[in-house]
Amino acid sequence: MSCHPESRPYRSGKPVRSGGNASGERAVLVALAGQPNVGKSTVFNLLTGLDQHVGNWPGKTVERKEGTFTFNGTTYRLVDLPGTYSLTANSAEEVVAREFIVRERPDVVMALVDAAILERSLYLVAELLSLPAPVVVGLNMIDVAEQEGVRIAPEVLQAALGVPVVAMVAARNVGVRELVEAVDGLARGEVPYAPHPPQIRADHQRVLEEIAGLIAGCAPAPYPLEWVALKLLEGDGEITRMVQECMPGERWEQVHEVLRAHDDALVAVAGGRYEWIGRTIRAAVARPRAGQIGLTERLDRWAAHPVWGLLLLAGVLGLIFWLTYTVGTPLQGLLDTYVVGTVAGLARAALSGAPLWLAGLVVDGAIGGVGAVLTFLPILVIFFAVMAVLEDAGYMARAAYVMDGFMHLMGLHGKSFLPLFLGFGCNVPAVLGTRVIESRRARLLTILLAPLVPCTARMAVIAFLAPAFFGSAATLVSWGLLLLALAVLALSGVLINKTLFRGRRAAFIMELPLYHLPNWHTIGLLVWQRSLAFVKKAGTLILAVSVVVWALSVLPGGKVETSFLARLGRWLEPAGRWMGFDWRLVVALLTGFIAKENSIATLGVLFGTGAGAGLAATLAATYPAATGLAFLVVQMLFVPCVATVAVIRQETGGWRWTLFSLGFLLVVSWAAGVGVFWLATLLGLS
Amino acid sequence: MARSDLAAGLARDGVVALSEVRAGERGVVAALDGGRGLLSRMASLGFTPGAEVTVVQNFRRGPLIAQVRGARIALGRGEAGKVMVYRKSPHEVW
Repeated sequence: MSCHPESRPYRSGKPVRSGGNASGERAVLVALAGQPNVGKSTVFNLLTGLDQHVGNWPGKTVERKEGTFTFNGTTYRLVDLPGTYSLTANSAEEVVAREFIVRERPDVVMALVDAAILERSLYLVAELLSLPAPVVVGLNMIDVAEQEGVRIAPEVLQAALGVPVVAMVAARNVGVRELVEAVDGLARGEVPYAPHPPQIRADHQRVLEEIAGLIAGCAPAPYPLEWVALKLLEGDGEITRMVQECMPGERWEQVHEVLRAHDDALVAVAGGRYEWIGRTIRAAVARPRAGQIGLTERLDRWAAHPVWGLLLLAGVLGLIFWLTYTVGTPLQGLLDTYVVGTVAGLARAALSGAPLWLAGLVVDGAIGGVGAVLTFLPILVIFFAVMAVLEDAGYMARAAYVMDGFMHLMGLHGKSFLPLFLGFGCNVPAVLGTRVIESRRARLLTILLAPLVPCTARMAVIAFLAPAFFGSAATLVSWGLLLLALAVLALSGVLINKTLFRGRRAAFIMELPLYHLPNWHTIGLLVWQRSLAFVKKAGTLILAVSVVVWALSVLPGGKVETSFLARLGRWLEPAGRWMGFDWRLVVALLTGFIAKENSIATLGVLFGTGAGAGLAATLAATYPAATGLAFLVVQMLFVPCVATVAVIRQETGGWRWTLFSLGFLLVVSWAAGVGVFWLATLLGLS
Repeated sequence: MARSDLAAGLARDGVVALSEVRAGERGVVAALDGGRGLLSRMASLGFTPGAEVTVVQNFRRGPLIAQVRGARIALGRGEAGKVMVYRKSPHEVW
């Protein structure tokens, strides 16, 4: 975020009316803040409807949602800040949230809190009140709190906080209008604003003044000096780095000396905020002695149990597979035959008078590429929907919890499990799904491992080729291949973690939110946005690669056998010969880059048999079983399809890790292929 | 080093790691151990000295669930080992 909006007067007590009037000079800027699971997206969707834009924060793989709504003749620009527990820089999300508030200076910050977890949710509000932006508190899920036996008086809380507090049940659209009225009142300056932010404890006040004196002139631009001093005391990595870079070494030594003498201040400052929260809510909350066991506790006795929880998870995963195969795969087939096939047929007919290369470019290159994107969609939609439902209902955290022990074996923790599991359907949602993992290291490792999970397309290739080479033993071979892929995944996890990440493992601390019925509106919008983003971003790359591969396969002569692709295959043949491959198997692997199923179609063209039973017989007659097995192994572990590569690039933020991933998979698949080939030859499979 | 000594000292005063507290038992956070990032995350989630903690599930291996400041938090065994608590019996009123 390098843009600096026009500077506006610092508002300490009274808000400044800043545009958004009938003449429409500027929309009023409102930020939506809150901890995870407080219902932020529900409120955001209710207010903006379909009038929203989803993207990334500049330079970060953190989702940025922005939308507009009108109220009382004023247009509001609503920006959804990432859900964070605090504003101390533990992750990119926290940095994004506080930078937005300090640099973009929203006119009002809507802070949502969960009434059922009032104390903990107010922690973020305690931090927000120390920043220069007026806050309105939305006391959401007041109904859940009442079910749990907690009664909260919003007007008492409002008096204690000194900021407007609105009770609401966003899931039933209760109180949202009142929340907007409060925002409107503040933005117009009609409502007085006199917050009671947490006071710093007396013993910290002296230290803070000392630090503030030492760093004067070096507090990063728009941040208040006292706030910077406090963040230094809290050990905030980002602020520490900024201040350290600004001053000469010996001066930093002095600051460092003070900080080291108070290295317990981090916990004490957080404790101080909780003490403030305790005092603030004391009069507003009536809590009859908690005795009853809530729904969440009863469900968790099963869902989070080490044995029953795993069985339940197995059931859920089985259901996902069932959906994929009974709905997704047939839909893919229908789309391919009727939509892609029909369009290709029409295009071919329309271009019958045009030069052959043009028809080829349009039909095989462009429509082939678009078709690949399109046929991805049914599986993607299913997986996005499943992710969204499990996340919204609160189950996702339980799945991560029960799988934590197992994932430790690979240097990961529970949160990596579901994204990796989604890879069985398609690697694309697997890579996108890693956004639930906060630690950058754990997230990167999960992304690097995701392509090793065999997706439905890879399994389809195996399902065709295994019977061709191994007849009745095909099922056994397929299971063996699956186990091999998972073993390679686990080994790679251990290896990458030990070497690149030096065995450090991200801490496993995760909130288990209360269970609740999923909000279909929120889920529908999420699936729509994710699918659209995939089509837009990955789609263009897939189309480009598809056209390039098509061109390579027909140029210069018009025939695959003499094309650049075949030359490339012949050039790479020496690497394949270690496993008994000839150039045709190499080319088949290369064309699988667009979509894994292409490997079979390519072999069909190269052997002139089409992709049917004839091909199976020809392959079995051409290659020894050991080569067939090696080909299956390489196919299983090879570089993923271009769609996956596109999202890996998007999610790792550049080509560096994408190229690492490609190189790593090339080496691993080649080594495994050679190993299996020689083992099979020794065992007499030739 | 200093922190581990602190933990050892606390252990002598009837303070135990959260991972040693059985399901259904309650405790009060005495101190936190660990690196800056971990401390900061745990503190913002509510694990600060004086906070009341109830262990909801603990099977002696793998992660555990604790309730703190009204929220249910899953902690890895390693992370739970860094939260030192004064243990209280479930029936004690305080």
